[in-house]
Amino acid sequence: MNDLSHDGYVTADGRQIGGVVMEMRNITLRFGGVVAIKDISFDIREGEIRAIIGPNGAGKSSMLNVISGFYNPQEGEVIYKGTKRPPMRPYKVARQGIARTFQNIALFEGMTVLDNVMTGRLNHMNASILDQAFWWGKAQREEVANRQKAEEIIDFLEIQAIRKTPVGRLPYGLKKRVELARALVAEPKILLLDEPMAGMNVEEKEDMSRFVLDVNDEFGTTIVLIEHDMGVVMDLSDRVVVMDYGKKIGDGTPEEVRNNQEVIDAYLGVSHD
Amino acid sequence: MFYREAGDFKTTYAEDNQTFPIAFDRYRYYAVLLIGVGVVPFVINDYWASAILIPFLIYAIAAMGLNILTGYCGQVSLGTGGFMAVGAYTSYKLMTAFPWLDMISITLLSGFMTAMVGLAFGLPSLRIKGFYLAVATLAAQFFLIWMFNKVPWFFNYSASGQISAPERSLFGIAVTGPNAEAWVKYLFCFGFVFVLAWIARNLTRGSIGRQWMAIRDMDIAAEIIGVNPLKAKLTAFAVSSFYVGIAGALLFTVYLGAVEVGSAYGIVKSFLVLFMIIIGGLGSIFGSFAGAAFMVLLPVLLRNILTGVMGWDTALATHFEFVIVGALIMFFLIVEPHGLARLWALLKDKLRLWPFPH
Repeated sequence: MNDLSHDGYVTADGRQIGGVVMEMRNITLRFGGVVAIKDISFDIREGEIRAIIGPNGAGKSSMLNVISGFYNPQEGEVIYKGTKRPPMRPYKVARQGIARTFQNIALFEGMTVLDNVMTGRLNHMNASILDQAFWWGKAQREEVANRQKAEEIIDFLEIQAIRKTPVGRLPYGLKKRVELARALVAEPKILLLDEPMAGMNVEEKEDMSRFVLDVNDEFGTTIVLIEHDMGVVMDLSDRVVVMDYGKKIGDGTPEEVRNNQEVIDAYLGVSHD
Repeated sequence: MFYREAGDFKTTYAEDNQTFPIAFDRYRYYAVLLIGVGVVPFVINDYWASAILIPFLIYAIAAMGLNILTGYCGQVSLGTGGFMAVGAYTSYKLMTAFPWLDMISITLLSGFMTAMVGLAFGLPSLRIKGFYLAVATLAAQFFLIWMFNKVPWFFNYSASGQISAPERSLFGIAVTGPNAEAWVKYLFCFGFVFVLAWIARNLTRGSIGRQWMAIRDMDIAAEIIGVNPLKAKLTAFAVSSFYVGIAGALLFTVYLGAVEVGSAYGIVKSFLVLFMIIIGGLGSIFGSFAGAAFMVLLPVLLRNILTGVMGWDTALATHFEFVIVGALIMFFLIVEPHGLARLWALLKDKLRLWPFPH
């Protein structure tokens, strides 16, 4: 690992990574007697691609749910932009600039692609319900302005041709892309991706990887990513957190993690003789 | 040939976003409006007004209201009849307490009052969903009807327990009461339907409409991308109740004139409006109209065919009417579970390619 000073570090491919934007401090999350996350701390730095990996049931998705405010941890603190974040409802977390996609696609199936993407813009729209009812000045102006942003993202992710198609009719790979569009259009500070390549073939994975890198490069978005495909993780991410049974067993560059004995044991198993 | 987008270029997002993107649809809409305002009032008679047109218009408003709540926001409600009663009793109390108030204000105020009541009964929706919410709204239905029956203040201590609409006028022309003419009542309802349909369309295509649909399709994801579920659900309840309240008020003041709450606004009415939106199409403004037309027109049509054309006994015809309407509802739902609105959309898709199907 390079110098982890307050000002950030320079990645292997020469990108300058900024200071800490979010820090998880001693997070413990319990469901009744089950401890999903045990005393985990790590930080997320501005502009980096941070991966969370681990075997099934390690608590990765729970971690993402803690970041997006869906679960409130029993112990520990989430520090966001230098201040401690009190427990808050997910929609308020979204308003602070944290967007995410889901492991099992969670799109609005009855709506068109365009409507799905426009829903992602709702935190940038605040015309009153009366304005909207009569389609007056602000409501109409806002709709057009946000449509412009939505179309930019639709262009960026190359889904122009399906913008008026109801999402329920799309194939799996495209749905994943639409979900990314919906998260991206909110112009988030941090983008959480829960297994963006799950269930995809090689070409679709390549496309998705390209989009993840492009998003990071063009918009400077910080990305936190859960993924099982080790090739993808090692190629894309700048730093990796490894979890196993709710505990953090490794944290560092892909190179460091790959050579970490504990990580190797967790993935390959150890003999119990 | 005539029904297509080709050659109709949209150069702004506002144009792309319009209600009727296809020119033919636009002209058809204007034609319907023109006939509705310019022709029908001159040829209308009492039979057409009271048997067909006025109930169709009023139920279209109620169906739009319930469609906003159930079709767009996904919250099932069985309290429509009760909320219509709130609109009716509010308008009755306003008409008798403030005789100088004009009918438009009275009807709008009845809508707002019902919106308040709807908000209160919408609160459980934050914790419960689906069938359980339906049962909670059912409680609203029974409670409201019970209240209007038992608290004499609501029916001004009349001996019969009924309420009847006094004569009130708008611009000097009687709108309610026995002296109101058919064309006046018709135009009064038409005006409300026109404005409310336009507002419903605006709401459902804008940000708030997308929030409702997001809650309907996947509420957890909606909350995580920033929809405040409390706000989205309660606005849906309020807007929906506003519509339903106006429909209930019009049903009493303009259409029925005198009302006994249990029979006019009972659970049967809740189901009637629910059938309208299921048959018409959930999540569609057009579907609300189609469903209202289906449920209002079909019995009348059948009655006329059975007694008029086939010469059946009236009592027999009345009973068979129920059987046939029920069978037809089932037939339509089996053929097209997504309602008349979907059939209409399929027809338009076909028309787009006609006469060359490739």
